[in-house]
Amino acid sequence: MDWYPLWNSLRIAAFSCIIVFFIGIFAAYYVAKLPRAVKGILDVVFTLPMVLPPTVCGYFLLVLLGPKRPLGMFLSRWGIQFAMTWYGGIAASAVVAFPLMYRTARGAFESFDSALAYSGQTLGLSNTYIFWRIRMPACRQGILAGMVLAFARALGEYGATSMLIGYVPGRTATISTTVYQLWRTNNDAEAFRWVMVNIAISAVILLIVNMLESRNRKAGGV
Amino acid sequence: MSLSVHIRKKMGNFQLCADLEHSGGITGILGASGCGKSMTLKCIAGIEKPDEGQILLNGRILFDSEKKINLRPQERRVGYLFQNYALFPNMTVEQNVLCGLCREKDRQQRRRKMLEAVEVMELTEQRKLYPHQLSGGQQQRAALARMLVSEPELLLLDEPFSALDAYLREQMQTQVRRILEQFGKDVLLVSHSRDEVYYLCGHLAVMDHGNILTMGDTKDIFADPGSRTAAILTGCKNLASARKTGEYEVEVPEWGIRLKTGKQVGDSVCGVGIRAHYFNPKTRENQFPVVYSVSRDEPFESRILFRYAGQSEASPDLWWRIPKERKPQQMPEKLGIAPGNVFLLYPERQYFAPCMIHAHS
Repeated sequence: MDWYPLWNSLRIAAFSCIIVFFIGIFAAYYVAKLPRAVKGILDVVFTLPMVLPPTVCGYFLLVLLGPKRPLGMFLSRWGIQFAMTWYGGIAASAVVAFPLMYRTARGAFESFDSALAYSGQTLGLSNTYIFWRIRMPACRQGILAGMVLAFARALGEYGATSMLIGYVPGRTATISTTVYQLWRTNNDAEAFRWVMVNIAISAVILLIVNMLESRNRKAGGV
Repeated sequence: MSLSVHIRKKMGNFQLCADLEHSGGITGILGASGCGKSMTLKCIAGIEKPDEGQILLNGRILFDSEKKINLRPQERRVGYLFQNYALFPNMTVEQNVLCGLCREKDRQQRRRKMLEAVEVMELTEQRKLYPHQLSGGQQQRAALARMLVSEPELLLLDEPFSALDAYLREQMQTQVRRILEQFGKDVLLVSHSRDEVYYLCGHLAVMDHGNILTMGDTKDIFADPGSRTAAILTGCKNLASARKTGEYEVEVPEWGIRLKTGKQVGDSVCGVGIRAHYFNPKTRENQFPVVYSVSRDEPFESRILFRYAGQSEASPDLWWRIPKERKPQQMPEKLGIAPGNVFLLYPERQYFAPCMIHAHS
């Protein structure tokens, strides 16, 4: 069995998870502070990838980053090409996974007791310190949940990924596109093996998260 | 040591119009919830931004809308104790206190000052614990320690005792009073509890609907509240409208009586107030026949509701409070009030100039 799709899926999910972590938190933090009208509009825009069919997201990505499009042509001058490359999968998964991170993080930020931030300010702590050492730990559970959801979503991404990077064995193949391809070519046994691999990964991730949570609770965090 | 606050802020239908002068010691701001007390403190701390006005602390400008100065909370050196203490839940007592020492650059100094503060607040044994493992009183002491080590020039206490149960509250009031005296800091304390401000604050400002109604010596305000709101907030139970009928006499139509007063009656007098403790069957003056309605026994006092014989139907029962051991066997037919105990109430005015928020817009 060729393990390339596993390795490829994991790195795509990991990278997109990291990207989505920063962008999602950044967006959530600033949107939570905005006036209600602007908030409503941005909320719709940021959540759209979650409700749109992933193929539609893939279509938009192709329109934006396709090799014959302005941005795609501009990037290809530096040898960067998102279509049909493994790192194109990062873009596809990140776009689809972003709303999950954004929404859970925003919920966590909105329920944060702002008195904590204010008292930090009156004590002379910098806003950066307050953000990373007080706000983030207090919202840890929401953010962790968002990351798990984003990682799981990125790992299972099929629609946008197949649109943007297709299926090239040993180059762009991920677990989900491999399962489809094997099924399509009547290789039922192999497809089933990949399905089991996928289930195993998901179960392990969820176990790790549960362990982290209970350890944090024992350490005294709320 | 001085603080001068003259600010205006509009929020929806609510208009805050706070004018405060504080010249040292502990000043209390007494008001019902939602009257703008906490908002005033937040403006002083720099958490909220007033629409216009000026805030001066010991000659430093913290906020000035005309000069476009608005110091960040980090630069104001004003400590703020939140109602729920706002201890950082992910940090131990020790780490929380160290946060208050973030301006101190020297590591060893920081540690020494932290240990000192923790010891003063009697938290040495709890210093490795997280806030949720502490009792309410310990949480409050931890928050005080964290605030005091940051060496603020002014302390703002926002309903500091309301999260504690009655027994602990009295203990903490005694402790906090001692701590504040020891540190000799200027303090603004916001509260809706008259007992609290009476015990802790030398000066008092009474606030209602975003305006400061009265300001002065706490004892003076309790002895003569001067307005209906101040009378209610200082715990006066019996209030009625009244009009002037003589230099030292007012008529109270609701109660069907005329009362002699200790103070000279001003022309604009609009009401009277009598504290529930001040009725006395043995007092000859202002003695009128009464009818008793209900009496309710409390642990150490009796609260007796009664009406004057000529009282109008619409007007509510009056309250008379008397220590249990002094409650007479036979209820007296008449109750009197010493003229000096009749509060004269005047229309509510603002302490300083009226709101000018729209004067130049």
